[in-house]
Amino acid sequence: MGWAFIGLNLAGYLLFKLLPLVLAGVLSFAKWNIAASLDTLKFVGFDNFLRIFRDPVFWESFWNTILYAVVMVPIAIGLSLVLAVILDTHVFGKGLLRLAFYLPNISSMVAVSIVWMILFIPSYGPINSILMSLGVSNPPKWLNATSTSLLSIIIIGVWQRLGYNIIIILAGLQGVSKSLYEAAEIDGANGVQKFFYITIPSLTNTMFFLTMISFISSFQMFTPVQVMTKGGPGTSSSVLVYYIYKAAFQNNDIGGASAMAWILFLLVFVFSAARMIVSRKKES
Amino acid sequence: MGYQKKRLITKIVLTVVMAVISIIMLLPFAWMLSASFKPDNQIFNFPIEWIPKDFTWANYDRVWNSDVPFSRFFANSLKVTLLSVTGEVLTSALAAYAFAKIKFKGREIIFLIYLSTLAFPGQMMLIPRYVLFKAFGIYNTHLALILPGMFTAFGTFMLRQFFMSIPDELCESAKIDGAGHFTIFSKIVVPLAIPAFSALIIFQFVGSWNDYEAPLVYIRSKELATIPLGLNFFRDENSASYGAIMAASVCSLIPIFAVFLAFQKQFVAGIATSGLKE
Repeated sequence: MGWAFIGLNLAGYLLFKLLPLVLAGVLSFAKWNIAASLDTLKFVGFDNFLRIFRDPVFWESFWNTILYAVVMVPIAIGLSLVLAVILDTHVFGKGLLRLAFYLPNISSMVAVSIVWMILFIPSYGPINSILMSLGVSNPPKWLNATSTSLLSIIIIGVWQRLGYNIIIILAGLQGVSKSLYEAAEIDGANGVQKFFYITIPSLTNTMFFLTMISFISSFQMFTPVQVMTKGGPGTSSSVLVYYIYKAAFQNNDIGGASAMAWILFLLVFVFSAARMIVSRKKES
Repeated sequence: MGYQKKRLITKIVLTVVMAVISIIMLLPFAWMLSASFKPDNQIFNFPIEWIPKDFTWANYDRVWNSDVPFSRFFANSLKVTLLSVTGEVLTSALAAYAFAKIKFKGREIIFLIYLSTLAFPGQMMLIPRYVLFKAFGIYNTHLALILPGMFTAFGTFMLRQFFMSIPDELCESAKIDGAGHFTIFSKIVVPLAIPAFSALIIFQFVGSWNDYEAPLVYIRSKELATIPLGLNFFRDENSASYGAIMAASVCSLIPIFAVFLAFQKQFVAGIATSGLKE
């Protein structure tokens, strides 16, 4: 009886998830021209992996991915923690204010990237016009300079991520007992003390999961790079997923791209595994 | 100063601070909207003219009357999103019921396989699916976008989690009354799980609507593009007109803003579940 319920989903799952995964494994150990038929596929052992490890652009994309995550995640989480705590209890018009933070998050990354790209135009874009009118004589060239291209993408990332984080933290705050705050108030604790001694400790679980999820999704960042910079200038904003995409669909290097996809998997896996292990521990 | 009064003042100050921050958050949208109504030679005027001096619809005219008009992208997005979300809800509801309420041989093993593949990033599928879709003959068709979306492990897990919280006694007593699994599923479990369904639907709707990677890789023809891909095509062809690009961006965002405003509660619930539950 169970099979009748599960059958449809299982069939689709096998065909569209498990089969591609197996193929992802096969392709990473093979040399194959995407235009040719599948029987011209030749196994080459670890060649693809050895090749990408010698490729400086792969390493630059790898470290850019790490850098993006390591800078973006803490900033976004720190800001959204403060914003969420304020939103939770200390403002009028909570619903309306919350909305402003959510809108960037539900917007398509393509539209958002296109808008920011214009905002960031170095010579006459609105951001630099404002900076110059404030007396900054030499504002950054944002997406057009190797030193700031990734930083610009981080800024957009934080802006877009805040709403998501705030939703998760607000949900976590629902679980913090209000009586703790009342007790602390009677003892004369101020807002900052309550934040550090009650809010933060009560949110450990939420913050841990949020951190894991944030790292996982940061490693998968792709759209802003593809839409705005194509990894440039040079390779200064190339990230792992973008380089995988480029290798596979522009350089016709399916083997190399598949090998890089497994590196992406390893990065993501470390964090998903940590997340799962901790949640298992909590359950038992 | 009394405690209550001090508290009220804090609250007012914080509300003002938060209002300012949220306005800053929204400035990119405001700039986009304002630029979309301006002739190209006035877009970068400084100080920024938030209200266009020479208000024009010309940019929108270009968006809706280009060789592949935006209405086409809109129709494509609607079709792809509705079919994949409907399919997903249907298949994952059935599977989730089996995982949560039916004991059968092999269940634990299948569940374990599902669980273990949850850790694979979706982008790992892009290359092998591209290869498979070419082999299946569905490359550059909407099926390449709809079919993978119909069978997500995420939907199955989210609903399974919710179904587990429905007491077994409820199903058992129905069974004693002679009800089969399909009756229990459709008459008891599904009606009780409406909040979970609506959260899943709206959450996946937004995800599918905004998806860019899949169309970018599996769709070649402009006539088949969904909104995010179509927007990018439009941008490449109109790179000289920032006003037209902004008008196209506005058009691409309006539908999802409308859906979000209408179903905010369900969407928030969807995110909260995706983040907090297994």
